[in-house]
Amino acid sequence: MKAIAHHSRRALAAAAGVALVAALAACGGSDGDDSAAAELDPDADLSKQSIVVSNWADYMPEDVAAKFEEATGASMKVTNHATNEEVMAKLTAGSDSGIDVAFVSGPFAQALAEQGLVEPIHADLIPNLENLAEPATKLAYDEGNEYSVPYTWGTTGICYRSDLVKEAPTSWNDLLEPAPEHKGKVTMMATDRWLMLPAQKALGFSANTTDEDEMAKVKDKLVAAKMNLLAYDDTTFYERLISGEAVMVEAWDGWCNYGTAENKDITFTVPEEGSDLWVDTMVVLKSSKNKEAAHAFINYLLEPENGAWAAENILYNVPNQKAMDMLPAELKEQYPPLQVTAEELLEGEGLTDLGEAATMYTQLVTEITSSK
Amino acid sequence: MTDLISSTPTGRSVVERSSRWERVALLVPGLGYVTAFMAVPVLLVLSYVFFQRGRFGGVVYEFTWENFSRALGPTYRTVLVDSLLIAGTATLLALLIGYPVAYAIAQLPTRWRNVALVLVVIPFWTNFLVRTYAWIVLLSSEGIVNRGLERLGVIEDPITLLYTRGAVVVGLVYAYLPLMILPLYASISKLDPELREAATNLGASRWRVFRDITWKLTLPGALTGCIFVFVPSLGNFVIPELLGGGKSVMVGNVVRDQFLKARDWPFGATLALVLIVVLVVLFFVQSRVSRRFSTGGPA
Repeated sequence: MKAIAHHSRRALAAAAGVALVAALAACGGSDGDDSAAAELDPDADLSKQSIVVSNWADYMPEDVAAKFEEATGASMKVTNHATNEEVMAKLTAGSDSGIDVAFVSGPFAQALAEQGLVEPIHADLIPNLENLAEPATKLAYDEGNEYSVPYTWGTTGICYRSDLVKEAPTSWNDLLEPAPEHKGKVTMMATDRWLMLPAQKALGFSANTTDEDEMAKVKDKLVAAKMNLLAYDDTTFYERLISGEAVMVEAWDGWCNYGTAENKDITFTVPEEGSDLWVDTMVVLKSSKNKEAAHAFINYLLEPENGAWAAENILYNVPNQKAMDMLPAELKEQYPPLQVTAEELLEGEGLTDLGEAATMYTQLVTEITSSK
Repeated sequence: MTDLISSTPTGRSVVERSSRWERVALLVPGLGYVTAFMAVPVLLVLSYVFFQRGRFGGVVYEFTWENFSRALGPTYRTVLVDSLLIAGTATLLALLIGYPVAYAIAQLPTRWRNVALVLVVIPFWTNFLVRTYAWIVLLSSEGIVNRGLERLGVIEDPITLLYTRGAVVVGLVYAYLPLMILPLYASISKLDPELREAATNLGASRWRVFRDITWKLTLPGALTGCIFVFVPSLGNFVIPELLGGGKSVMVGNVVRDQFLKARDWPFGATLALVLIVVLVVLFFVQSRVSRRFSTGGPA
């Protein structure tokens, strides 16, 4: 069930209401605060503080609030968002969102930091930072974890039915130009960055490229690939694999695991041209009035058992070495993507915010998906 | 209360005065609602279209025409024309299916009419997304429709039903059919049967009775139904994604993407404005045609 709830995480099926809220929110303009760090008191009485944490549903242990209160004395409320975009609309609306700690993907953390909305991380208040795998402190969107702390990470690859394909896919081109018998039986993701990724990597470009000529080539390749697609799908692709309607899909490692849980022949591979590295992070908002408790919460989630919970329940890798070491061997056996080392993950290219080029990406996506 | 009754200096009757206040009081909630939830958002949309995108969403107040030139460019024109075609096909099918259904319901005895109307509305009690997912189960190549046809020997291998434009149209018709049936039923049930009797007595064929009397008198209902189906179909973005597999893009998807993915509110607002203009023109045509037929003007 965790998997099902998790569907909504990156999914596109955001309600029209969100757009309306976003539109109305524009009334209040936002002025960038200065990015200086606040003075925090390491000996603050946390029992007088309370925080609101916004996270994707089922992305941390259910009893986390109660346990955190027990451990630190600070009180905590959890609110859920369905997508990065939804929580971004709340955080950038201009007025105090009431949120103290938000979970967002790397490029969004970067965008929030550039806008001066997040508090620099006070490393002295988070001793558990030492649990992070070393590569997790050198991520492209935030080197040195200056304003964000990674929570989970992973990559994107090809998830396929080993019993239904003659040869295991090794290249993004196996997906983009499928063998005749696989035509109409492959899917790609619909979200801008991941829709572009296979063609960008197959052509040897960066996943963060903003070069118009490169993107024109990416577009041509994807328009040609569209003919052979069953669908653009980033919500139900592993179900298509289970039913056999699709034999090969573009997928996140964790989601391919959900397929493997149902059918052992479902296998994940990272194509030889390379892939991305996505990271979901925690940030402390500048508007937070209880920044000590907010840091204490991040510190609490970095306890190995909390990271291990995430890995075991949502089958994602966590950048927390001690947590990964705690995982039962059978689990890693059953879900090979969990065996990936931090170094291997780091071979993936970190996604960074596109800035102005986001418009170009969205326009190209429209041109690709509406092509005939 | 007492001074309302005691003092009427202008000499107008108490009843007249209080009824005027009553009218105002009755209008306030409705007008307030329309102002707050329609006029203000539409004005916001209108004000965004001339400005530039903020990097993280929002609007930078620097004047530009660029949103319009982009919106009217070939990519988005194709999407708009495509959306009009898909929504138009769905509307036509809904009319062809809905008219006989509404007609049949209107002929039922009163007790059964109510049962039938409740049955028409019942699907609305289920979440829209759940109903749409149900069509995936029906149409997929391992789905009920394909299995059924295979068992009947109509087909040998599964045919592609899901993730096609046809699936999008089917989904739209299914989702909005009740909105076609209800206004049609309202206008068909109001038909005076004596008119049809008179026409038959005067020697008109059944087809002629339908064409000259039934159809013309129920046309306003049909047009209302068409608008009710067409408008939400045109703006829908869930069905093209779930049943069309994201391979047919409708204008609703594009508008949604501008706000949620590109963080380009001004351009999203411009596309929304284009959509609003198209719909206003349609409403205008619909109300003109309806008025002509319901006031019995020259046909």
